[in-house]
Amino acid sequence: MASSIRVRATSNGDITEVQALIQHSMDTGLVKNPSGELIPAHYIQQLTFECNGKDVFVADWGTAVSKDPYVKFSFKGAKKGDDLKISWTDNKGGSDTTTAKIA
Amino acid sequence: MKARFSLLLGSLSAALVAFALTSPRVTAADKVDPVADAKAFQNFFFQKFPDVKHEDFVNGPYSMNADMKRQWQEKEEFPPYEFALDAGKEMFATPFKNGKTYADCFPNGGIGIRQNYPYFDGKEGKVVTLELALNRCREANGEQPYSYVKDEMASLTAYMAFTSRGKPMDIRIPDDPRALEAFENGKRYFYTRRGQLNFSCASCHVQSPGERIRAEVLAPALGILNAMPIYRSEWSGMGTISRRFVTCNSQTRAVPLAPQSDEYRDVEYFLSYVANGLPIAGPGARP
Amino acid sequence: MKRSLALAMLLALSLAPAARAANEADYKAAYATAEAASKEAAGLRNQWTVTVSTLAAARKAADGGDFDRATAAAREAEALAKASIFQANSEKDAWKAMEIR
Repeated sequence: MASSIRVRATSNGDITEVQALIQHSMDTGLVKNPSGELIPAHYIQQLTFECNGKDVFVADWGTAVSKDPYVKFSFKGAKKGDDLKISWTDNKGGSDTTTAKIA
Repeated sequence: MKARFSLLLGSLSAALVAFALTSPRVTAADKVDPVADAKAFQNFFFQKFPDVKHEDFVNGPYSMNADMKRQWQEKEEFPPYEFALDAGKEMFATPFKNGKTYADCFPNGGIGIRQNYPYFDGKEGKVVTLELALNRCREANGEQPYSYVKDEMASLTAYMAFTSRGKPMDIRIPDDPRALEAFENGKRYFYTRRGQLNFSCASCHVQSPGERIRAEVLAPALGILNAMPIYRSEWSGMGTISRRFVTCNSQTRAVPLAPQSDEYRDVEYFLSYVANGLPIAGPGARP
Repeated sequence: MKRSLALAMLLALSLAPAARAANEADYKAAYATAEAASKEAAGLRNQWTVTVSTLAAARKAADGGDFDRATAAAREAEALAKASIFQANSEKDAWKAMEIR
C-alpha cells in the first residue's frame, strides 16, 4: 500500500526546505456520522523529521490539526543526497514512516 | 389652409411609418445567440479586470487576490487534491464486475476529453454532463451509480479533469432549437434570484468577484467551472460540480434541486460554454 | 386631517392581533394555508429552506400543545412561502436586468 507521507526536500547548499503532505483522517471525536454516532478521535500525536541522526522537526499534535495535514519548514545542517526520515504515530497505535533524499 | 394641414398630417404619418420601419423591433422572444452572449460575458470580465490574464480567470479567487495566489501556488507543489486524484486514477482503471472499464464508454478511452463536457445529446434532447455520463456508464455495465455529491464521483472527475489540464474549454451548441433552449434556460437560471437571501449566481460572481462574502473572496463567474472538481478546505475534501450547485443553493436559503436536475445541467452548459477558450485547470483547490 | 386620523385608527384596530389565545382549530387552519402555499412554492421549484423549517417548527409546537406558537409559526411559514412565490413570479422577467449584454 502506498505511503501516507508525500515529501519533497530541497537544499540550496545552506538551507534545506521540506514540504510534506500526510494522509490522515485527523478525526476530532466531536463529529457524528450519518447514524448519529460520534466518530471516535483518531489523530496523529507525534510527527518527527530526522536527518543525519538528529531530530530536525518534532510536532506534538492534537485534534486541532485538520485532515490530511500539510507541513512546511526549513532547517540547516544538511546537504544534497542526505536522507530525511519522516515518521508519525497516532492515538490508536497507528504509525507510518518513509525516507526521502534531499534533492 | 386646409391643404397645408393635410400636407402636415401626411408628412407626420409618413414620418411615423418611416420610424416604425427603421426602429429596432424588440419581439417577445429575442433570438438566442450564444456566440454573442459568450463574447459579451468574456468582455465584461476582461474589461472589469484588465490586469488579470485571460487564462488566469479559471483560478477563481486567486486571480482576484495576490496574497491568496502566492499561498495557493506554494501549495500546488503538494496539492490537497492529490489523494483524490490518485484514487480517481485507480478507480478509472479498475474494471467493472463484467470486465469492461470506463474507457469503453468514452471517446479516446476517456482520456483528455473533459473539456468537451457538457454536450447536448440530440437523441435524448438534453444536456449530458460528465458526472451524468460516468454514472450512465456504471449503470450500463451493471454497477450501482455513485452519489453525485460524494467522494467517488469527485475522485473520478478529478482524474478525468487532470488528463485534460491546459486544454481549452470546448463546448458545442448544435444548431438545434432544443440546445439553444437549454443554453437559454441555463443562462436564465444563472441570473435568477432565489432563496430567502434573494441572490442569483450573478449577485456574487458577476457583481462582486474579488470582493468578500464573510471571510471568503468571491470568484469571477468566467471560468468558474474550469477548475472543477475542487478540494475545498471548507469541506476538508473533494467536491463535484453537483455538490457546489447544491450547497450554493442552500447558502442562499433556497432548497436545492436534485443533483443533475435539468436546471443544473443547463446552467453547467451555459457556464461552460461562455468559458470556451479558457484552459481546464482541474482538479482545483479552494479555501 | 380628521378623516385621516379616523382612518389611521381604523387601520390600527384591524391590524391589532387577536386578544384571545390560539386554539387547535386556529392552528389547523393556519397550517393548512401555510402548507398549501409551501406546496405551491415547491411546485415552482423555488422553495426556501426557512419555509420548510418554520413549517416544521409549527408542527412541532402544535405536537407539544403550544398552539399560540404553532399558529404564529404557521402564519410566518405562509408569509415566507408567499414571498418565495412572489420571487419566482417576478424573477421570470426581472432576471434580465442582471444579464450581461
